[in-house]
Amino acid sequence: MAVAKILGIETEYGIIHRGAAESNPISASSALVNAYVTEVALQPGQGAPHRIGWDFEDETPGNDARGDSLLLSYAPEVETHLVNAVLTNGSRFYVDHAHPELSTPECADALGALLYDRAGEEILLRAMAGARRLLPEGEEIVVYKNNSDGKGQSYGCHENYLLARSLPFGRIVTHATTHFVTRQIFTGAGKVGAEAPGVRIDDVPFQITQRADFFEEEVGLETTLKRPIINTRDEPHADAQKYRRLHVIVGDANISETATFLKLVTTAMWLAAVEDGAVEREWRFARPVAAMRQVSRDLTLSQPLELANGRTATALEIQWDLLATCRRWAERFGLDAVGEQAGRLGLDLWEEVLGGLERDPETLADRLDWVAKLRVLEGYRDRHQLGWEDARLRAMDLQYHDLRPERSLARRLGLRTYVEPDDVRRAITEPPPDTRAWFRGRCLQRFSDQVVAANWDSMVFDTGAASLQRVPMMEPTRGTRDQVGHLVDHATSAADLIAKLSR
Amino acid sequence: MSERELKKKTAPQRRDAEIDETPANTAQGDKIKAELDDLLDEIDDVLETNAEDFVKAYIQKGGE
Repeated sequence: MAVAKILGIETEYGIIHRGAAESNPISASSALVNAYVTEVALQPGQGAPHRIGWDFEDETPGNDARGDSLLLSYAPEVETHLVNAVLTNGSRFYVDHAHPELSTPECADALGALLYDRAGEEILLRAMAGARRLLPEGEEIVVYKNNSDGKGQSYGCHENYLLARSLPFGRIVTHATTHFVTRQIFTGAGKVGAEAPGVRIDDVPFQITQRADFFEEEVGLETTLKRPIINTRDEPHADAQKYRRLHVIVGDANISETATFLKLVTTAMWLAAVEDGAVEREWRFARPVAAMRQVSRDLTLSQPLELANGRTATALEIQWDLLATCRRWAERFGLDAVGEQAGRLGLDLWEEVLGGLERDPETLADRLDWVAKLRVLEGYRDRHQLGWEDARLRAMDLQYHDLRPERSLARRLGLRTYVEPDDVRRAITEPPPDTRAWFRGRCLQRFSDQVVAANWDSMVFDTGAASLQRVPMMEPTRGTRDQVGHLVDHATSAADLIAKLSR
Repeated sequence: MSERELKKKTAPQRRDAEIDETPANTAQGDKIKAELDDLLDEIDDVLETNAEDFVKAYIQKGGE
């Protein structure tokens, strides 16, 4: 059976520093992370200060899943000098390139990852409020949960899924590409215009995704140049004999909880079905990169995509087949790999959304970002008789993603929610109970002054002994509350905990 | 088998669910429409005061 589809989301936020004579996105991003760490530290009952270093020892983002092809591509850099914080909820809040980035903790299912993605938004909001208190009067740092500045610069929202190492990479490439090209019809966050060279606003006034313009290759290691549909970074952050981590870079950052959840749950199920050998049919595109853009720009959802076998199919037709395959997979293998509750909800919602898209996408204006955004843009255009080139429409596009409640357009559009506000509040400081993230977060809550560094797959403690103590966490499903809760909660110190763990 | 036939073949199981949903969706649709009208009434208060400057100033560095 497929390995548990442990998953998470990394979001790079767009950032502006308002009211500042000179603004530098790296210092603005650092100010946000620092403000959050300081602010949270000052609030009683929110956990101890957690200015914990990131342990870079096992970071190998240059490893390529295809083997030794580094000569053909640039390995990504790990910027060890930038601000990094590990939070008590198990996530990592840091500065990546010129953006604040929040990586959720590893979650056991898509509902968990949705909850921690939402908690991430709240963390960014608290960071902004914290920064406002520290900045001179009239200055403000604002973040946007989007993926492009509308001028050709893009930043990512990446997903990660745990896969069995035994699954041949070629099969992942084939089947994941099928889903990544066609899932855009519900994962898209919508965008005014296009940013590919030579495309005018009249040609593409509005498209389904923020990201499709930026993909140029089918498979590759880069994330910043010549972005590939399938990213080959082979850095499992886990036992590499047993696992792979599929690092997915094609997605949009979603505001809609439906879109975030569906993006995660459909991908997790599809990958599990591939892993279990339950996928019989191969959908190969004649030109996958062109197909990405074609799907993103076809608001009618009816354009046939050219397949490698000379036939054609629409994104919707392919998605119906993927759903049917996942239903058959679920009947045969059960939903354990993706979580019973998330899997059930995921299958039903997937069907409901594909049905809505087929009938009339506008019926999904309360569920999908691109539909909600397009609807309000069209409403505003009609009312004021505006052409698509009008700056107000681009401003609305940006403000859809503004996290501040008083400025957010998305918050005013009645998007359906799935997670409870109380759960989100708790998830800001509490780790998920059902992965190794629980161990990371709980240790930070209890022994932060003895934690020297943390990473996805290890923690380093200074127990006062002659040497630092490194606790490896190579198994993402271990270190849960059920497994080590009693141990961690009853340990009197980090030294006591380590002694008990090694018994 | 053509792609079209394949789609028809996989489609039937979802039809019943669609029919059941329709009334709720219409009510939901009316509610959304009313909310959209309200939003359009107030949107100029929410929008950045100088849209053109705001859009111009929103410059990001590439990430990832």
